[in-house]
Amino acid sequence: MQDPALLRRLLRAKDAMDAASHEAWPVERLAAISGVSQAHFARSFKQAFGVPPHRYLLTRRIEQATRLLRDTDLSITDIAFATGWESLGTFGRTFHDVTGRSPSAMRVEARANGHQLALVPACVLKAAQRPDLTTAVLEKRRRKSQGTLRPSTEEVS
Amino acid sequence: MTQGINVVGLYVDDQDEALAFYVDKLGFRIHTDVRNGAYRWLTVQHPEQPSFQLGLFTPGPPVHDEATAQTLRAMVAKGAMPPLVLAVADCRASYARLKANGVEFTQEPVDRFGSVDAGFRDPAGNGWKMIQAPA
Repeated sequence: MQDPALLRRLLRAKDAMDAASHEAWPVERLAAISGVSQAHFARSFKQAFGVPPHRYLLTRRIEQATRLLRDTDLSITDIAFATGWESLGTFGRTFHDVTGRSPSAMRVEARANGHQLALVPACVLKAAQRPDLTTAVLEKRRRKSQGTLRPSTEEVS
Repeated sequence: MTQGINVVGLYVDDQDEALAFYVDKLGFRIHTDVRNGAYRWLTVQHPEQPSFQLGLFTPGPPVHDEATAQTLRAMVAKGAMPPLVLAVADCRASYARLKANGVEFTQEPVDRFGSVDAGFRDPAGNGWKMIQAPA
């Protein structure tokens, strides 16, 4: 069991990514928020929240991109850059790997689904629709292409 | 008598710190603060909501064994407890006031379909959304 005081500080780093997922979050920046060493940070964050910090950031970016696809008329290029990706190609590939759809297909689907969820506070709903990334994205793509389910290789984070 | 929900509690790691936060920073009032040995029943109220008490409770004996208490403290500290919502008339004004009081905000006010919401945490890690309903 991790020390609650450490967990509270790790939560600050997670909150910081939540508040500005489009920004760059190198480990040293996150570790400084939590007041721990970089090596300690990555290990402790994964133990606390179940995913490495950078995979968590990825889920937030995909979630934000999905929201922008649904609720705005921004171009997919604009959305890619607004949510923190440095290239449209990486965005499109990662988005497809995580959600199983291209950004444009997601836009059509999300808009067709209407507003049944209008009674849930928007900010809570946003979190509820976050993609669940239990495996690394590259690992997911690798398994799909090989049709195998080999154990995960070590996370690159 | 009025029927309905009367008390809902939060777990906090330190009741004195929680009391200072909810009363001095958020502007709640103490409703009940009684002790029985190590046990302390502490509730606060929103000044405009006299029929509802928010309990600020510490995990631990006699209610929990130490392992359970430790788990609960960890869950609170990593923000795993359910969302809390504070309704406000003017989210941006409340944000400015609470921010000046030193409240730890996790999200600045954002407009969403006519409502405005912001997010903050109490010292223990409980997460609040502060929502201004559409006019």
